[in-house]
Amino acid sequence: MCFGLVATPPVRYNRTTPREGREPARIMTEIAARHVGQPTERTEDLRLLRGRGQYADDLAVSPRTVHAAILRSPHAHAEIVSIDAKAALSLPGVIAVVTGEDVQALTDPFLVALRQPLHQWSLAVGRVRYVGEPVALVLADDRYLAEDALDLLSVSYRELPVALDPAEAAQEDAPLVHEAAGTNLVSVRDFSYGDPDGAFAAADRRIALTTRFPRHSYMPIENFVVVAEYHEGDGAWDVLANFQGPYSTHPVMARALRVPGARLRLRTPRDSGGSFGIKLAVFPYIVLMAIAARMAGRPVKWVEDRYEHLLAANSCPERVTTIEAAVRDDGTITALRFDQLEDYGAYLRAPMPGPLYRMHGAMTGAYDIPNLAITSKIVVTNRMPAGLVRGFGGPQLYFALERLIQRVAVELDLDPLDVIRKNLIPAHAFPYRAAAGALYDSGDYAKAIEIATGDGRLDDLIRRRDAARAEGRLYGIGFAAVVEPGMSNMGYLSTLLTTEARERAGPKNGAISLATVNVDPLGAVSVSADCMPQGQGHETVLAQIVADQLGLAPDEIAVNLAHDTGKDPWSIAAGTYSCRFTPGTAVAVHKAARQLRDKLARIASNTLNLRPDDLVFTGARIQARDNPDNAVAFARAAGVAHWAPATLPDGMAPGLRETAAWTPPELAAPTEGDHINTSLTYGFVFDMCGVEVDPITAQVRIDRYVTMHDSGKLLNPLLAEGQVLGAFAQGVGTALHEEFVYDSEGSFLTATFADYLVPTVNEVPRPEILHMESPSPFTPLGAKGAGEGNCLATPACLANAVADALGIADPQLPMTPKRLHALMAARDEPAP
Amino acid sequence: MKPPRFDYVRPDTVEEALAVLADFGDEAQVIAGGQSLMAMLNLRLAGPRVLVDISRLEALSTCQETGDCLEIGAAVTQADLLDRADLAEAVPLLALALPHVGHAQTRNRGTVCGSLAHGDPSSELPLCLAALEGQVVLRSTRGERRLDAAQFQTGLLSTAREADELIVAARFPLRRAGAGHAFAEVARRHGDFAIVGLAAVAHDGQVRLGVAGIADRPEIREWPFEREDIDAVLNRLAWDLDAADDLHASARYRRDIVRGLGPKVIAEARSCAN
Repeated sequence: MCFGLVATPPVRYNRTTPREGREPARIMTEIAARHVGQPTERTEDLRLLRGRGQYADDLAVSPRTVHAAILRSPHAHAEIVSIDAKAALSLPGVIAVVTGEDVQALTDPFLVALRQPLHQWSLAVGRVRYVGEPVALVLADDRYLAEDALDLLSVSYRELPVALDPAEAAQEDAPLVHEAAGTNLVSVRDFSYGDPDGAFAAADRRIALTTRFPRHSYMPIENFVVVAEYHEGDGAWDVLANFQGPYSTHPVMARALRVPGARLRLRTPRDSGGSFGIKLAVFPYIVLMAIAARMAGRPVKWVEDRYEHLLAANSCPERVTTIEAAVRDDGTITALRFDQLEDYGAYLRAPMPGPLYRMHGAMTGAYDIPNLAITSKIVVTNRMPAGLVRGFGGPQLYFALERLIQRVAVELDLDPLDVIRKNLIPAHAFPYRAAAGALYDSGDYAKAIEIATGDGRLDDLIRRRDAARAEGRLYGIGFAAVVEPGMSNMGYLSTLLTTEARERAGPKNGAISLATVNVDPLGAVSVSADCMPQGQGHETVLAQIVADQLGLAPDEIAVNLAHDTGKDPWSIAAGTYSCRFTPGTAVAVHKAARQLRDKLARIASNTLNLRPDDLVFTGARIQARDNPDNAVAFARAAGVAHWAPATLPDGMAPGLRETAAWTPPELAAPTEGDHINTSLTYGFVFDMCGVEVDPITAQVRIDRYVTMHDSGKLLNPLLAEGQVLGAFAQGVGTALHEEFVYDSEGSFLTATFADYLVPTVNEVPRPEILHMESPSPFTPLGAKGAGEGNCLATPACLANAVADALGIADPQLPMTPKRLHALMAARDEPAP
Repeated sequence: MKPPRFDYVRPDTVEEALAVLADFGDEAQVIAGGQSLMAMLNLRLAGPRVLVDISRLEALSTCQETGDCLEIGAAVTQADLLDRADLAEAVPLLALALPHVGHAQTRNRGTVCGSLAHGDPSSELPLCLAALEGQVVLRSTRGERRLDAAQFQTGLLSTAREADELIVAARFPLRRAGAGHAFAEVARRHGDFAIVGLAAVAHDGQVRLGVAGIADRPEIREWPFEREDIDAVLNRLAWDLDAADDLHASARYRRDIVRGLGPKVIAEARSCAN
């Protein structure tokens, strides 16, 4: 995000005009957008930059609060023979030690999406299955004492053989991670759309490659925080945690705690120090601290440290993909075949295996490919359980698909850009139903590429490559074309089940967003909603949206998104994840504000003797469209609803508080044929770059990077730019730096920032950002999700460029100097 | 990540610090900037009974030319040193190497002598001290002694400092007329520990090359300008260092860096010499 501190190249906008006869049906054109669409600076920043944010660890806790520390497994797989807590308990200031036995007695295992006995509790029960798995919890007067006590806990283990590599773990003779499951390969599903066999049989060429997308995570500055308290009288818990959703996990926690949802009050603070999907994974700790608080009879606070976070908080799944294309000699791809093996680690934690299915309807990416075969396999291993990581299944898909496009070009001796263009979904085809069921809302992919490569940008890259190669330097160009999903269909995960199993379970679909807008007796407006902002600037955007509806200024709208399941609106889809804010929460707020406006218009129409339709809201006044002098102050009209309910029009409810719910009809349940519209909006990203590889150090230097985005209508271009810059930095990390590494015994080798490398500002060049706007016809605001695009595109684009620079077929992520050097070094080393 | 219990002493004088060290010996740990030690304490890799904070001792906060050396007190931060207007003239190799030491934020706290005391084999400052043949000044209640760089660092994170001794200063030789210097480092990211660090000094017909990041301490080689088989010399050096594989680099990668980058660093130093 830029606040004038950094010189920013201008962001360019290109608006596509809706084509004739395709006017987006639900865009409400009658209200002028004065604020929506403006690059309004973030109202959050004043408090954040002054150190006045309200993060979970900043909030006051009861003086009775005790502090927790967790003992974690040093083994990847072992039986717990015994735990001796005597010495720890005798340390002054130590209050309790919680073990797996307590957890087994007081809670149920977490629900799992698969019908497989992959039981997980909040502490290891009987057996540890990954290095870092929580084994025991110590409660003490302070965290220092709690850690002292950890050193005094004595645990005896009996080590067991380990299953680490996904492909090896999937073999029949591999050591079993969960004996009760009888296999590590816990799910295999085959899907077929169109006629892939026929297309492959008729193809001129079949081109295939195998990719491995590595384990990594993205690092929030703020780690997990939980404060849990048990209220004996109510039999209920009150928990504060920096949880991000999805709130489909709330029933999972309540079931584990054996209480109805209403007895698990979950509060999230106003500010979160970064999340990127990771803070879903705080949920097992919420249950653990809840149980500990009940046992101790006192509130329990736990703040995760960085070592714990790297070791055991969260990882994206590792995916091994074999992808094959049926290709004509001219580069037309007629069919794709995917064989995907995804490693979820030791447990299938809700809502896993999301990454394997989140993109399912859109596996053909930006291309018009009618025939598709997919085999999706889930394997468990003795590694940290996988969870949400920004991109969520998209980076894994696009690393395989966009690498394949580059291979097709190399194999057929075609220009990669020509292969991309030849297969793109044509602009006239939108809304476009992809082979596996995604309904792409809008776009003009060819035009986006034309803009991105235009103005001499592609010519410049080619000139740079030619000049470098003429000097013998290693320079390559890469491309990636990516469809970016926004707001997940809550039914997509059920694609994992067979049609019969889905019928038994009942249909799942949609994605509900909820928001409340309130106007007080003096006309002051406040907003609450079902999202957990993590730095995106949600407060700013929501104020812009409400201000437009009510004719006020954004700074007159108070937005506080601290959330409380006991009091605020929420649904199972609540949370901030999978780009649901813009197509989801923002729409619910828009609708609630709209309802308030309608109500106020009716009140004002009484006063002004006009029809509601003849009123406009502007400058904190409600006035006649053609006579600004005929007006009533906004606050005055609002006051009527509070002070004089008897004067309200017939049938109107008193007060001014509107809650709106929104779920789009396009998000249908999976069909019998396993077609699924996995998301509501589909943006487009086209990346293009030039890189140079140093012949001695094997380091990759990004010479020039261009990223083109069509995210529909931009609600706030400045915030959209922030999303692009952040996702790009993380995409660079995935491409070049970040990887969780285990040794052959399953020990974790990247548990500090000296070993797990996150790119800094020195390693991340500023990309050139371009935008065009193809409004979504499926959202009232025309806006699409825009938070993940470069996490999907950048690793593939950089890998394609490195492959071009070095003439290699299999660049592995991350493309570290060690890996590239092994590919580049002369076969024979000079002898000593 | 909370340290175990320890006592904290902030002496007002060097003598007081030495007395504490004499009393507690290897149960005491000296802290100055804490850029390595604090992480070790929090990870419970270090568990001293008493921490002796010398960062505010006036007597150790000076940095001055004495004779043919720049003498840098033990409380002088890396940022203080880098801020010296005459550093590039006085000790050019330090001016070249210091920007590679961590980041501006860590240099604000990290001290020059602390880096020497820690003895990380991939650190830049021990490499510079060795390449320039500088000295470390150690003091205890028993007296003061000076150790050459090669005697001071004995291996991986280990030095010849006795438990009751305090490093009071490091002595970096001032630039000799006509000498040329060059520094290069390969790291995964800017500010990371060096996978390989190279420092070259060219003077009086001789070239001296120091290599960090491979052996368990900086290794130094010297040969006359006129030697023509530089590639062979560097190949031998690359093998002599007994490189190992780790997470960030293979042994072969490290050797290839010495072979590939070595000639460039030497050429750079020679081009600056006159």
